[in-house]
Amino acid sequence: MIRPIATTREMTGMPTGRLAVWWLIASEIVIFGGVLGSYLMHRIGHKEWAAASEHTNTWAGAFNTLVLLTSSLSAVLAHNAALRKDGKRAAKLLWATIGGGGIFLVVKSIEWTTEIQHGYTITANNFWSFYYTAAGLHGLHVIAGMIVMMFVAADAAKGKELQRVENAGLYWHFVDLVWIFLFPLLYIAK
Amino acid sequence: MSAAAHAEHDHAHGHAHHDEGFIQKYLWSTDHKMIAMQYLFTGIAMALVGGFTVYAFRMQLAFPGMPVPGYGRVTATDYNALVTTHGSVMVFWVAMPVLIAALGNYLIPLMIGCDDMVFPRLNRLSYQLFLLSAIVLMASFYVPGGAFGGAWTSYPPLSAKAEYNLTGLGSSMWLFAVALEFAAFLLGGINFITTVMNSRAPGMKMFDVPIVVWMIIIASILFMASVGPLIAGAVMLMFDQQLGTGFFDPAKGGDPVLWQHLFWFFGHPEVYVVLLPAMGIVAEIITVFSRKKLFAYKTVLYTAIGTGVLSFFVWAHHQFIAGIDPRMANVFSVTTLLISIPVAEMVFVYIGTLYGGSIRLTTPMLWALAFIAEFLLGGVTGIFLGASGADIYFHDTYFVIAHFHYTFFPIAFIGSFAAITYWFPKMFGRMMSETWGKVHFWGTIIPFNLIFIPLFLLGARGDHRRIYDYRHFPDLMKAGMQDLRILATLALLVLLAFQVVFLVNLFHSIFRGEKAAANPWNANTLEWQAPSPPPHGNFPQGLPNVYRGPYEYSHPDRAEDYWPQTEPEAAKS
Ligand code: HEM
Ligand SMILES: [Cu+2]
Repeated sequence: MIRPIATTREMTGMPTGRLAVWWLIASEIVIFGGVLGSYLMHRIGHKEWAAASEHTNTWAGAFNTLVLLTSSLSAVLAHNAALRKDGKRAAKLLWATIGGGGIFLVVKSIEWTTEIQHGYTITANNFWSFYYTAAGLHGLHVIAGMIVMMFVAADAAKGKELQRVENAGLYWHFVDLVWIFLFPLLYIAK
Repeated sequence: MSAAAHAEHDHAHGHAHHDEGFIQKYLWSTDHKMIAMQYLFTGIAMALVGGFTVYAFRMQLAFPGMPVPGYGRVTATDYNALVTTHGSVMVFWVAMPVLIAALGNYLIPLMIGCDDMVFPRLNRLSYQLFLLSAIVLMASFYVPGGAFGGAWTSYPPLSAKAEYNLTGLGSSMWLFAVALEFAAFLLGGINFITTVMNSRAPGMKMFDVPIVVWMIIIASILFMASVGPLIAGAVMLMFDQQLGTGFFDPAKGGDPVLWQHLFWFFGHPEVYVVLLPAMGIVAEIITVFSRKKLFAYKTVLYTAIGTGVLSFFVWAHHQFIAGIDPRMANVFSVTTLLISIPVAEMVFVYIGTLYGGSIRLTTPMLWALAFIAEFLLGGVTGIFLGASGADIYFHDTYFVIAHFHYTFFPIAFIGSFAAITYWFPKMFGRMMSETWGKVHFWGTIIPFNLIFIPLFLLGARGDHRRIYDYRHFPDLMKAGMQDLRILATLALLVLLAFQVVFLVNLFHSIFRGEKAAANPWNANTLEWQAPSPPPHGNFPQGLPNVYRGPYEYSHPDRAEDYWPQTEPEAAKS
């Protein structure tokens, strides 16, 4: 495929890739908005869910929050490196971010395994249904972000498509931000 | 020309000639025009499915219990599956792909003067997801239990529990197909929006963009902003079906009305998602065939945006008798009445455009005028339904069916026929037959009214919409009610028969039609400056520059009654 001229135009002043990521994020916000909105409506009507949420592992959740925040930091640093045209360093930092995502997923699976062993499965009650659905949907986004970053990092290491480092980072910040909402709502709220 | 424009120009030649194989050319293409054709013909094929299902269940309603020619006996389970498939297919697999995806893909790059979408491969992926969604939906007819029969709105608990709907697998396949389709249109929408934002021809300012492009963009944004909660809801419903969670199950502390909120929070904006592109098509056609500038371009634009915003605040008018708080019902009655104002305004603006024009009654123009007239009836009856008091009586009667068919049919069919007959010369490089076009027009419009006016009358007499065999309801068999049902079904048969005329005209003209010039209608917009049909890369003479708005018809300073957007000021004739 020859690259169409359309892809090279920039009427808004913002590169097309970044613009598209912003619209992608907008569409994702409404998806998570739907899940969280439904959860909150239920949560207000069901005081007894507070008892269920006691059984979540707040420490694991807090640790994971920290991990994600750190991984976002390395995404920012990767962007900085990309701006300096230092593809090698950008790639390394992206791999650090991917590593953060990996740790997040490992902690998550340990958490879920213990919870399921204690009988808190997705059908235990509606709190747990929301818990697994919301966090699961978020987890899928973490995985998607990691896969995208692997491709971007591979290119960046060869000094190609450096503008994509920023776009991947933007998406990762969004994934991070969703977790910042999920964590208090699922783990802490009484 | 600036240096940059020169560079673009040179690049454009690079596209011109290379031979591709059949698969590369027709199935694996990234060319926006080919992808548009894929959507268009998939949409037409799905319209045949939608038409066949309605034929079968309308025959059952008119002649209950009798075997339907070409189908056989319609059982109660069949009936449910047929109605559900008809509704879902017509909205999600006909209106959406034809009006938004096919026209958006075909028109956007041409009308804004560039050579393709900004993400051609993403575009191809969108179509493939869409095709897959259609295949999943069709496959659900062949699984144990058959296709889903819980209505296109898929309300739980009926849709959530296999014990109730008896189509355990079919229900989930329906849900999966709808979710895939949404994903396809989300990706497509991002592509449309970024393309129009970033890749317009040099000189094309905001208000030089043709209304139909604006409408498709506003519709894409509406779709994107409203579909998220339903995607979330689809995941939840899928878990209810397959894992036994209780999101929508009151016995487990869930809430079935939550689904209704999620569905209609999307569902109402969705009706404007399909309405706006149709309104855009009509704007292009009535300006060209009345040789007049669009009356109040900016008003149309702001009205469309206003309608879009308001459409997020009316959804609960579908739930007046679902047990929502009556005070909320008042609020939603008011917002529903409010939204009819901008819609009416658009209709007035179009009438204003026609006023004093030199009107040419070509086939596309007939469709455009019919759209305005028929849609008006749909919009007006919506106001009856929006008044919560009246709706307690009308809800779930054939009045509602008639209302939304007077809106959806003009949008999905009248609008599409207008678009196809208008852009056909560009798409296929040939003209369609005007005579057969007019035969098809009258053969569609007259029976359409004969189907749905009887349904209004039936609805006003309390005819409930979800009944398989009215012989079990003596109250609804009284004084001529069955005659009205038979009349509607017979009119449907006539309408369906006349679609053969369209299909024959379409395919005959594609191969045998008279050759079309680049600009057969003397229109201003950019697509008519490209050859008919445009080659890969669209503008072999180099990508155009834009000097003015799209609707400069019958300008007093000019000899010709049109003034293409691409013609520089100096070249005045
Ligand atoms: C854009 C054109 C429109 C379309 C495509 C459309 C479509 C629909 C559909 C599909 C339904 C029924 C869904 C179902 O129950 O299966 C419906 C119902 C309704 N429509 Fe419209 N509509 C349109 C315009 C309007 C307008 C302008 C109004 C009011 C000002 C309106 C008010 C209503 C109301 C109140 C209902 C609920 C009726 C009930 O279920 O009791 N609609 N419409
Ligand atoms: Cu509505």
